[in-house]
Amino acid sequence: MDSSFALPLLGGALIGLSASLLLLAHGRVAGISGVVASLLAPVKGDISWRAQFLGGLLAGGLLLAWSRPGTFALPEPLDGGRVLLLALAGLLVGLGSRLGSGCTSGHGVCGLSRGSPRSLVATLTFMATGILTVFLSRHVF
Amino acid sequence: MRPSLAAFLSGLLFAVGLGLGGMTDPSNVLGFLDVAGDWDFRLAFVMGGAVAVHAALRPLILRRARPLFAPAFPVFSLQRVDARLVGGAALFGVGWGLAGYCPGPALASLGQGGPALLVFVSSMLGGMALARWVAPERGAGDDARGQERPASGAEPRHVSS
Repeated sequence: MDSSFALPLLGGALIGLSASLLLLAHGRVAGISGVVASLLAPVKGDISWRAQFLGGLLAGGLLLAWSRPGTFALPEPLDGGRVLLLALAGLLVGLGSRLGSGCTSGHGVCGLSRGSPRSLVATLTFMATGILTVFLSRHVF
Repeated sequence: MRPSLAAFLSGLLFAVGLGLGGMTDPSNVLGFLDVAGDWDFRLAFVMGGAVAVHAALRPLILRRARPLFAPAFPVFSLQRVDARLVGGAALFGVGWGLAGYCPGPALASLGQGGPALLVFVSSMLGGMALARWVAPERGAGDDARGQERPASGAEPRHVSS
């Protein structure tokens, strides 16, 4: 196998393991937007595992930064236009993931794994609009 | 294993998987979405690998009566494909295509991405709060949460291993 595919495959396998561990331990779906959004309006008794998962996610980022520098995008210079673009993108990602009940992880990984038609539709939809957005921004405008 | 450690470890594994898979660099993500350009389809292997592993392990896990630290496995009662699902996913995809970040990679990169990530993540949280305000969820059955089956009177079984 071409080694350039081995790492994405390994990374994906770890994500699948992560989702399986969360299901086994807490019976929860590892959908990042759902895990995080519910911390914004916390329900008593349903906080700690979410906070711990989020803590693990941030700690994993730090571990990667220490062990594999280059895993992340280099900090970019920000001008007004870039700030506006990032703010709009973040807003759409946050809003869309909650209206659509999930994101790349909840629908794309967990939902597809259980054969959910809703998740298939959601995944195909955000893939399509993502592709369209990149097409318009790179090749048209 | 203590309950706290399981969720923490799951989050950690998730971030490491995202990083090794290349999802924490938006240039990879945008290259993956750029099918009309110099298409970099490697990220399909991230989702493929994740789905393959989770789809294989999930049925084995569900053979258990309940999770290790919770009373029940989630039940997905919502089957309907509606405008909310499709519209939300469509908006999500536009945001994903604009910046190259979805929620997991953005949060995992928070400490490394400088002010750009702070802008993205704070407006993402704002967007999540906005969703709650403009269109509160009708009833239970959120996909990303799963509806709790009524606990059959039993306390969560705590298993140590």
